[in-house]
Amino acid sequence: MDKRLLLGDEAIALGALHSGLSGVYAYPGTPSTEITEFIQNATGYGRETYIICDHELKANGDIHSRWCSNEKTAMEAGLGMSYAGKRALVCMKHVGMNVCADPFVNSAITGVNGGLVILAADDPSMHSSQDEQDSRFYAKFAMIPVFEPSSQQEAYDMMADAYSLSESLRLPVMMRVVTRLAHSRANVEVKSEARAENQLNPDSGRHWVLLPAIARKNYLELIDKQNDMKATAASSRYNKLTTIGTPSGRLGVIACGIGFNYVMESEAEGIEVLKVSQYPLPEQQIKELASRVDKILIVEDGQPVVEELVHGMLGADYQIEGRLTGALPRTGELNPDSVALALNSLLGNTTATTDFPVANSPINVVGRPPALCQGCGHRDVYAAIRELIDEIPSARVFGDIGCYTLGALPPFQAITSCVDMGASITMAKGASDAGIWPAIAVIGDSTFTHSGMTGLLDAINDRANITVIISDNLTTGMTGGQDSQGTNRFEQICLGLGVEPEHLHVVVPLPKNMDEIRKVLRDEINYKGVSVIIPRRECIQTHARKLRQAKK
Amino acid sequence: MKTDIILAGVGGQGILSIATIIGEAATKAGLNLKQAEVHGMSQRGGDVQSNLRLSDQTIYSDLIPRGKADLIIAMEPMEALRYVPFLSKDGTIVTSSKPFINIPNYPDETAICAELDALPNKVVRLDIEEMAKEIKTPKSANVILLGMAAPFLGCLSTEELRSAIGRVFAAKGDAIVQANYTAFDAGLTQAQQ
Repeated sequence: MDKRLLLGDEAIALGALHSGLSGVYAYPGTPSTEITEFIQNATGYGRETYIICDHELKANGDIHSRWCSNEKTAMEAGLGMSYAGKRALVCMKHVGMNVCADPFVNSAITGVNGGLVILAADDPSMHSSQDEQDSRFYAKFAMIPVFEPSSQQEAYDMMADAYSLSESLRLPVMMRVVTRLAHSRANVEVKSEARAENQLNPDSGRHWVLLPAIARKNYLELIDKQNDMKATAASSRYNKLTTIGTPSGRLGVIACGIGFNYVMESEAEGIEVLKVSQYPLPEQQIKELASRVDKILIVEDGQPVVEELVHGMLGADYQIEGRLTGALPRTGELNPDSVALALNSLLGNTTATTDFPVANSPINVVGRPPALCQGCGHRDVYAAIRELIDEIPSARVFGDIGCYTLGALPPFQAITSCVDMGASITMAKGASDAGIWPAIAVIGDSTFTHSGMTGLLDAINDRANITVIISDNLTTGMTGGQDSQGTNRFEQICLGLGVEPEHLHVVVPLPKNMDEIRKVLRDEINYKGVSVIIPRRECIQTHARKLRQAKK
Repeated sequence: MKTDIILAGVGGQGILSIATIIGEAATKAGLNLKQAEVHGMSQRGGDVQSNLRLSDQTIYSDLIPRGKADLIIAMEPMEALRYVPFLSKDGTIVTSSKPFINIPNYPDETAICAELDALPNKVVRLDIEEMAKEIKTPKSANVILLGMAAPFLGCLSTEELRSAIGRVFAAKGDAIVQANYTAFDAGLTQAQQ
């Protein structure tokens, strides 16, 4: 055993590598990005000379770790590797689950061959996201087991268990984490050797062909497996009962994932705590706890998934407190303060002493929102768009997901919408169909190859009157500069989809080129059809990083 | 023994390098550590903070409760003030005195300093960038700040921190290690005055 200081994400990555991983498939997304990056660094991906670092590798020769175009392609490739008998990891941020929902849900119907773990990193409080959906709903929907670590150590340990469980149940397994675990470092005891990869061993079964007759049979088998899943979770070493002080019988707590830490951090006395880090919920343990205590508080980071389920188990008369009753805040991530407050108020500890802050709300503090970097090419693009909007007030600009979403904030205040990956093009098209002119879409290069290309095809087929700006900085900027899948091929992609060559323009977004950019933009909004403008200049962050590396 | 630290600054100022050095020292000393960081969107010029907890006991929460932080280390005075609700009564603030102004409504600089000075807590303030220029270690302003914070780190001795600097920068060569020692010592001297 070695001790390493690891981010939650890194613990997951190393746990997977030590469990005989053969491939990670992912699209970058906060807070999940560092998992794939760790595997890339550990296996020497992208380096000219193949370097084997530390002990990460030993048994593992060429682990797949290249970024995928989106979460759906990642999920399907992971399933393909599993079909072939090897262990795969598919990583994404929570909203990526929406993108891969089709293959994800159906992977529970096909079942797996090699172990398949789907890592969903949820972002309660929306630190870097557009919603705070809870991925445990997806796992329940697909009827598969979930691991939810409470610590970086558990995150590491669970990967080995998740792969074993996946192969014994022959089902995909979800690992669900939240930002606070993903992006927090702690000491982790790790093994000094990796398990060997599985041998190539394609599945010969017919259950991979989801024709209705086969799928019906598979679905019944999936339902049959639910009892095994429940039994495994009920005896899991990650679900355990703890007491704080001498139990008074007044309050029981069900604490999920990192919610457990906030309960243990509090100075509440006399409570029984059922820690839940593996699902389906251990129903028997919950019922036994309920019989010993007057009421139960559910502490879960994310949406009230468990709170609703426990209502179903214990009946309408049993007092269950949590996010739905207001004992804990309905939205946002939990913290030690909100959990301590809920515990103390349910225990009637009105005099609970804490060191009161020296100042509750400092006066001379204002918000410091993030902003586009000085010198960033997106700034020049927005400067031109802002001018156009000032000139033609009917103009509407549909934005997308990436650094350039910051064009919504001052000084540009240039975009009307930002919804999901790729929505800029299709929303502009729908708005144009409804009569809006000029309808402009702003999308980044990586977002375009993730989910913009199919929308552009729709727009071309419909001869939609829109102007699409693919702001190409040659990278996936917002998540820290990962490879972008269409780099150097955007003109070919657009032409291939059917953009007319005379309405496809590449410009260099620099202040000195502003006259040219203005003219292209004006000409193209006046063309009744699909135009594509590609302002192209490298992200200044990745550019600076390359210069630093070249100096070394 | 535990020490709860909030590191604060603006995206890109290098608070995570300070965390790396403290983390290295804590790991070497066999302490438990949890360090919550901010990645992603906020890094683009927004306010960033890191909760760093050290203890010889089990650490549960990745986040520090309000009113419990022993130390705020800030690269910027308004960012120091932002986290005062998390500071304990006898906690310490160690901050750069030089504002980083990238927003149009940045508060009055003297008002920020006055508010910091009016706190019942010990406040150590210094223009670390100016000092970094003076002692000819222009890239090590954050290590000067760490030196200023060293006497208040509780769980770790100044010697343990100093040797961690040597290990963290070893790969960059002896000149850079020496520059960072100089910066650390200058900050430490400042705090002890």
